Amino acid sequence: MQVTMTVNGTEVTRDVEPRILLVHYLRESLGLTGTHWGCDTSNCGTCVVLVDGEPVKSCTQLAAMTAGHEVTTVEGMADGATLDPVQQGFMEEHGLQCGFCTPGMMLTARALLDRNPDPAEDEIREAISGQICRCTGYATIVRSVQWAAAHPAAEGTTASEVPA
Amino acid sequence: MTTVEERPAREANPSATAADRPIGFGRIQRKEDPRFVRGKGNYLDDIVLPGMLHGAILRSPMAHGRIVSIDTTEALAHPKVHAVITGTDLEGLNLAWAPTLSADVQAVLATDKVRFQGQEVAFVVAEDRYSARDALELIDVEYEQLDPVIDVRRALDPGAPVVRTDLEGRTDNHIFDWEAGDAAETDAVFAAADVVVKQEMVYPRVHPAPMETCGAIADYEPIDGKLTLYETTQAPHAHRTLFAMVAGIPEHKIRVISPDIGGGFGNKVGIYPGYILAVVGSIVTGKPVKWVEDRSENLMSTSFARDYIMTGEVAATRDGKILAVRTNVLADHGAFNATAQPTKYPAGFFHIFTGSYDLQAAHCKVTGVYTNKAPGGVAYACSFRVTEAVYLVERMVDVLASELGMDPVELRLKNFIKPEQFPYANKTGWEYDSGDYEPTMRLAMQIAGYEDLRREQAEKRARGELMGIGISFFTETVGAGPRKHMDIVGLGMADGAEVRVHPTGKAVVRLSVQSQGQGHETTFAQIVAEELGIPPEDIDVVHGDTDNTPFGLGTYGSRSTPVSGAAVALTSRKVRDKARLIAAAMLETRPEDLEWEKGRWFVKGDPGAGKTIAEIALGAHGTVALPEGVDGNLDAEVTYDPPNLTFPFGAYICVVDIDKGTGKVHVRRFVAVDDCGTRINPMIIEGQIHGGLADGVGMALMEFIGFDEDGNCLGGSFMDYLIPTAMEVPDWETGHTVTPSPHHPIGAKGIGESATVGSPPAVVNAVVDALAPFGLTHMDMPCTPARVWEAMQGRPTPPI
Repeated sequence: MQVTMTVNGTEVTRDVEPRILLVHYLRESLGLTGTHWGCDTSNCGTCVVLVDGEPVKSCTQLAAMTAGHEVTTVEGMADGATLDPVQQGFMEEHGLQCGFCTPGMMLTARALLDRNPDPAEDEIREAISGQICRCTGYATIVRSVQWAAAHPAAEGTTASEVPA
Repeated sequence: MTTVEERPAREANPSATAADRPIGFGRIQRKEDPRFVRGKGNYLDDIVLPGMLHGAILRSPMAHGRIVSIDTTEALAHPKVHAVITGTDLEGLNLAWAPTLSADVQAVLATDKVRFQGQEVAFVVAEDRYSARDALELIDVEYEQLDPVIDVRRALDPGAPVVRTDLEGRTDNHIFDWEAGDAAETDAVFAAADVVVKQEMVYPRVHPAPMETCGAIADYEPIDGKLTLYETTQAPHAHRTLFAMVAGIPEHKIRVISPDIGGGFGNKVGIYPGYILAVVGSIVTGKPVKWVEDRSENLMSTSFARDYIMTGEVAATRDGKILAVRTNVLADHGAFNATAQPTKYPAGFFHIFTGSYDLQAAHCKVTGVYTNKAPGGVAYACSFRVTEAVYLVERMVDVLASELGMDPVELRLKNFIKPEQFPYANKTGWEYDSGDYEPTMRLAMQIAGYEDLRREQAEKRARGELMGIGISFFTETVGAGPRKHMDIVGLGMADGAEVRVHPTGKAVVRLSVQSQGQGHETTFAQIVAEELGIPPEDIDVVHGDTDNTPFGLGTYGSRSTPVSGAAVALTSRKVRDKARLIAAAMLETRPEDLEWEKGRWFVKGDPGAGKTIAEIALGAHGTVALPEGVDGNLDAEVTYDPPNLTFPFGAYICVVDIDKGTGKVHVRRFVAVDDCGTRINPMIIEGQIHGGLADGVGMALMEFIGFDEDGNCLGGSFMDYLIPTAMEVPDWETGHTVTPSPHHPIGAKGIGESATVGSPPAVVNAVVDALAPFGLTHMDMPCTPARVWEAMQGRPTPPI
């Protein structure tokens, strides 16, 4: 079936099997491999992308269900050479080690900051509680989001302003 | 010499190119991060080769059964299926069984019996991953179900089903007995002691569960016979050699590439059947074949960790002098003995269970057995079973403190090995390289506000509230290891490094170890920078590709910095020594008249007359008349054979509150003071510690791979195998002391696994401390709400 959606600001149309998960569509049909897959049960959150600005586990949703919606992946966060403050924060505060959960964590953080620019620590922890990181023990992820909150215009832009 | 530093305020981490960044050791942001934050990491499943096919594995639904028949007709008829491979096919290629890392064999695809739920039975190669999965449904396997061996305590019973009927003459499930220390001497100390305490404890089966599962892409080129094998491996060189031995492909025709790895923790050390099957699939179809396991396959079939039932005993004087420790261990190795550890040590380094204490005697006996469970056993950041050893001794010391009515910190302080006793020969054969334990313990107490916490606890107890304070003081043994003692399948545990300084003064360093997130591209650049004065951003770090790196055994057991870090430092020093000869020629003076300052040789007494490394590199590659015997480059290589292991240590304090109504444990605070010797990048070190602490909280409170009586795995997905999220862990409070290793070129000891090793007993000791009003002196992990509630009712039960 033909599916049309907007990915990182660009409208794309592809022929897909109806059963294809959004995560596999993004990775394999569009080659956007920054979105990862980590479990079979929607527990780990390495596959989180933004759909219409809200974090969604892209393994829980079919590509077909996403038709007509706007998807933002990690590849859509930076504006050319200019990183989103969340991306910058993860580098500043060592919010990543192996990097596998990082795209999902950063997109959830971006969505949180878009609706709550100055979140408390427990609000950050709750926001990322649907996602697992095996490397960092989370404290530096929390600090990374705090860094981004403290530097909202840190040479960065928000995801919604980023062209593909 | 130990340096104690006050706990620093949160420090900034300068970027690798910032003007104030250190050229050498210190905080800098990681060089690998720019690609990861842009989603441009290159993990195994991101790789797509032209014409690539996809593999999927059919697995056993039961723990123990005889294979009666396998019918692949329908699967082969699937229009997108290119091949279906069974154990019978592999027998024809002499590949049905592969050697393990413990001198056993493991079935690649089952031929006679299935021996654990999730065992590999057949392999489908198809055009895409969905079709490969579809075709698994079309394979018809008939099994005759057999009684399984699930309860490890019954595995050696006469009449127990025999798991390994494939091994000739095998009539029971016994694998090995292994002892360390002097049994008679230990028994004599116990017989004369005032106080003896004894406790059985279970370290349950858990799983490293890295966020990226395991996988491989095999690309066999039939014309020149070259196999390019992309793998999620922590040890690319060891894998290449083993593949040459197993598959009979000449070693120079195999290239193993380990791309970015999404976490390893020991899960990616072994060679799994899926890797071999991808190779067979590529040879059979003539196309590249990708195989990536799903999460259930990862949890149910790849290397688990722990699964030790330990009976510990401590002998002491009434005033709290610990005299001796002894233990008997029953070790569940699953269906195949596939643990990864040095050959001489079937129980890994468990014999460091003497801990941080000065003992008169010690003895352990470990018995390994087969059961109908997945194979593996050394994984999950365990430092070759130091994790089990530290848990045993740190839990036992608390049991003794409870018996004596002593404060657990006071008891530890009284028994620490004293700084003047180092190097310290313990009673089971280790020589601890350096240590000064008391300042580390005292710093942890200071950060935690230990006396205040005890006062708060007393007040809360008086009100009937459950608050616990848990202590753990661990000594690790990492950096395996000296070749004369340590090998894995005959390969000595050394590592190589190569440094080349290019004509313009930029450099490349090539490593035999492989990062799974530890930040090698930054840390190793910093070691070269410290030795040669070349800025870290000007040093390219190459790893994870056997065609482009020197041989070595890889990253596990916290061995990268102790072994490969030493290799890189010594290689850099060889470059520096060579640079001195060339600089002398350039300056028309004698080498002995030159003095080094970071990045530059200059004439003693005339600092203005000197040559930088970049000038010397250009000279080496240019037209300078080189001294006799000096060739025209600025390169060096070293293979480092460590003279001893390194012994990092640390003091951990955990504070928990337990909900009396539900049994839920809340970790309120966690203080970790680590001593890993010389610190290369404090930001990365703290990150390694944080991750390990979360592992410890997970194992102590949540993580558990259990089985029902039929052998069905009860931890086979993230619905059942619970891993801490940000909600279950506190903001970590860290501090450090610095006691360099005397035998390591830069004094670094390694840090990767310290916190995973040291934190579980701190959490469990805190839980047991909180439950002391119920008369409890021990409960086993995992301390889930239900199990804690049972313990509060006076019915603490082991998990297995």
